[in-house]
Amino acid sequence: MQTELAVFIFFALATLVGAASVALSRNIFWSAMGLLSSLIGVGGLYVLLSADFVAITQLLVYIGGVLVLIIFAVMLTSHIQDINISNRSMGLFGGYAVFFVVSTLLSFVALWAPWKLTGKEPVADTTAALGDGLLGTWLLPFEITSVLLVATLVGAIVIARKEVKPDS
Amino acid sequence: MAHLSLNHFLVIGALLFGFGMLAVVTRRNAVAVLMGIELILNAANLNLVAFGRYVAGGVSGQVFGLFVIVLAAAEAAVGLAIILAIYQMSRSIDTSQATTLKE
Amino acid sequence: MEHAAHAASGLGPLATHAVSYLWLIPFFPLVGAVINATLGVPLQRKLGKGVVHGIGVGAMVASFMVAGVAFVSLLGLSPEHRFLQDTLWNAISVGNISVDLGFALDPLSMMMTLIITFIGMLIHVFSIGYMADEPSYWRFFSYLNLFVFSMLLLVMGDNFVLMFFGWEGVGLCSYLLIAFWYTDPQKAAAGMKAFITNRFGDFGFLLGLFLLFWALGGAWQKGPDGRTTYVETDAHAAAYVAAARGEGQGVPHVEVGPTLNFRELRDQIVITSTGVAERLKSQKIFGFGILAVVGILLFVGAMGKSAQLPLHVWLPDAMAGPTPVSALIHAATMVTAGVYMVARLNFIFALSPTAMGWVAFVGVLTALFAASIGFFQYDIKKVLAYSTVSQLGFMFIGVGVGAYWAGAYHLLTHAFFKATLFLCSGSVILGCHHEQDMRKMGGLGKLMPVTRWTYLIACWAIAGFPWASGFYSKDEILWKAFTQESMSFLGIPAPWLGQLIYFVGIVAATGTSFYMFRSYYMTFTGEYRGHGHDHDHDHGHDHVPHESPLSITLVLVALATGAVLAAVIGIPYAWSGSAPLLEHWLEPALPAVVHFAEKSHATEYLFQLIGVSAGVIGWVFARALYKDGQSQVPARLLERWKRAWTVVYNKYYVDELYQATILRGSVALARLCSGFDKYFVDGLVNLAGAIARVFAELDGAIDRYLVDGAVNLVANSTLSAGSILRRVQTGRIQTYLYGALVGAIAIVFLNFLLK
Repeated sequence: MQTELAVFIFFALATLVGAASVALSRNIFWSAMGLLSSLIGVGGLYVLLSADFVAITQLLVYIGGVLVLIIFAVMLTSHIQDINISNRSMGLFGGYAVFFVVSTLLSFVALWAPWKLTGKEPVADTTAALGDGLLGTWLLPFEITSVLLVATLVGAIVIARKEVKPDS
Repeated sequence: MAHLSLNHFLVIGALLFGFGMLAVVTRRNAVAVLMGIELILNAANLNLVAFGRYVAGGVSGQVFGLFVIVLAAAEAAVGLAIILAIYQMSRSIDTSQATTLKE
Repeated sequence: MEHAAHAASGLGPLATHAVSYLWLIPFFPLVGAVINATLGVPLQRKLGKGVVHGIGVGAMVASFMVAGVAFVSLLGLSPEHRFLQDTLWNAISVGNISVDLGFALDPLSMMMTLIITFIGMLIHVFSIGYMADEPSYWRFFSYLNLFVFSMLLLVMGDNFVLMFFGWEGVGLCSYLLIAFWYTDPQKAAAGMKAFITNRFGDFGFLLGLFLLFWALGGAWQKGPDGRTTYVETDAHAAAYVAAARGEGQGVPHVEVGPTLNFRELRDQIVITSTGVAERLKSQKIFGFGILAVVGILLFVGAMGKSAQLPLHVWLPDAMAGPTPVSALIHAATMVTAGVYMVARLNFIFALSPTAMGWVAFVGVLTALFAASIGFFQYDIKKVLAYSTVSQLGFMFIGVGVGAYWAGAYHLLTHAFFKATLFLCSGSVILGCHHEQDMRKMGGLGKLMPVTRWTYLIACWAIAGFPWASGFYSKDEILWKAFTQESMSFLGIPAPWLGQLIYFVGIVAATGTSFYMFRSYYMTFTGEYRGHGHDHDHDHGHDHVPHESPLSITLVLVALATGAVLAAVIGIPYAWSGSAPLLEHWLEPALPAVVHFAEKSHATEYLFQLIGVSAGVIGWVFARALYKDGQSQVPARLLERWKRAWTVVYNKYYVDELYQATILRGSVALARLCSGFDKYFVDGLVNLAGAIARVFAELDGAIDRYLVDGAVNLVANSTLSAGSILRRVQTGRIQTYLYGALVGAIAIVFLNFLLK
């Protein structure tokens, strides 16, 4: 048990520090790194929740896909040379208020609500179960998601390409 | 704190959500806002999986989590495309300057 | 020579004789006036002046002829029945008083009517020649006819209301005619002066009337059975009363009740058995006998109308009117209305010795006063005007002492000779091209013979030489004054008053003769002193005066003849052995009982001689001083007595006195009222206006600041609210997110709290 707890704390810290860095760092690059840290931390927490396939997917898709994309965007859009001032924030006071209120509220709700805990053991082989589920019970969302991905693809291309203006 | 239970994960999720909100609300860099959104999605995802493990049982929580990840990726792609388009148009991704909808 | 009082036993109610044509007498002049007034301008323009004067004179001729018919029919009646009555309709019926539009002719009013219509007719004819150059020819004839109409109403009206209507009407016509050439402010002022002075008199007259009826009110109470009193009279009159009323052998009676009719009033007062006269004699007001007060007040009216002493000031100024007007109105008719009134109301005056004494006293004072002014006037018309005032004084002496028929007789003779004098002066003025100053005349006797002889005859008459009518009338008046010993002076019995009046009257008669012959000598003898060569209106020929046309000279001759012939009806008892014709004629109309002292015939002849001598003395002095204008005595006397002469020449400064007192007082009162109106009344009105304005401004301010302010406030606050709320729309996503988050949290909290 102790080991579990220590691991949990380690990943939790990674997550939270990373998140703090995303929210508060003045350097966009550091924010990106913080996001990396946060994502890794969440992945580790997934493992602790016996959701190993989700953890790996998190690593592959989120970090390998989304985060890379974000870094691409960061590189392409900010003045890297002025990296110190590339990520300013505004209205911090309101932000802190929101942060405290929201997190406190949610924590409170989480701790106070009487969750009906099930005593079942977690599923051992999640991959097979997920595969069965995706192509069985949740087939429709699965198919629709693929359509969605196509749409996303097309949309992103359409949005990001340079407009061909008739030259004057 | 002895036993790892649902509450631990929920609290982490709540904090993560808070940070994500903070980033979305305060950041001037549009990409940073997007990062905040990712944080929020991650927080929700964590909650879902935690509930799946401790309350629902089976893999329903994980399936939900998978779908969320996919959708987050798609959404990040589109969002970044938009940001790029805006950057091409106005050479700036400062959210405090994107006020064309202002009255 | 008994100047017997009327036998009281023979008096009964007047029997009337109903006729239906009397209304025509005033009607013809009224029609003439209306036609000339409305159609005069087009008639004159299209058909010439002939039509205009044809209508005017024609009306007069018609009126005179009807009057002649009435006279003939009156002659045909026996003396007790000489009363023609023509009642047209009932004009006013209020409470107990009923006033009829009725005309009555008894001998007195018949005499007046004949004078008015005959002399009026002659003067209308005179005006044809005299006013020939006048552009407003039609207006003149219209006014003249209107005047005759009013005068006829005055004398023929059978009640006080109609007489007063005519009284006022002649005052109005006098104003219209005096101010005929109204574009000259002096002439207009003269007209106004006449009218206003008349009004003063009328005020007194009305007061007297009201007082009389108030006094009679007691006698007119209804009896205990609610019916008016009927009083039996003697049987002599009974038959006539019954016959006149179409009854059988009814009870002869006089109805004692409220009445404004002269005849009924006369019946009530004269017939002693009604007791009305006794009541009146014993009634007092503020300690004075009411009849004396009534008589004096009524005489005030006569003073105004007939220009007696304090109110005489208008008559000389009235000479500003055309000469025919002066002749008709201010010699023959209007000014005699006062005398007529006193004669008509003789039965009231005779009851009060005080009133009689006052009337005679004022009359003789006026006679002397006016005669003295006439001595020094240079304007020929002014001389005649003062002469009129003086002669009116004589008439009032006559009616004052109770010799009513003598006063009326002098009225008749004066009408003739004064009209002659005025018309002769008109002829002279016309001949001298509108020159009225006698100093610029002279020697006209050779140039205007007819005028000269008629003027001389009239002077002979007015001076009172025998065989001209003036002698008989003036002599009768003065003799009666001397023998009247029962008058009172202001309430104190004064048997000496009659003799005093006689002596003063003789002095006035001397003066009359003097100034009349002075005017004759200055005008008609000597050399012509006028300057005709540089006259404004050039007639294109020689300016030497010439005789007037036939229409004028014929009238002069007719009137002068009348002045002589009028003597016939006044020959006194002492000469012929019977009562004078006129006295006999007027007897039924003058029932007042007046006592005169008995004196012998010899005394009467003596007094007649004194009267003639007075006239001769005056003539001698006038001849000595003014014949041929040669004498230097007048100029030397003037130098010697310059101050006295100035006072008399300036009419004793009476006009100036009135100006300083009454007129200034009236103007000051008017200014006071005007100031009151301007400052107080207008101030109040302006104050109300100012208050309203203050309120209006207050309302305006409220509207501007409160109401508009509120509206503006609403608008401004909406604007500011809008601009504040606009800040929500920042256009930034994050702000919207804030909003959504805050909302969500709020919902959670609320949910939590409400649980």
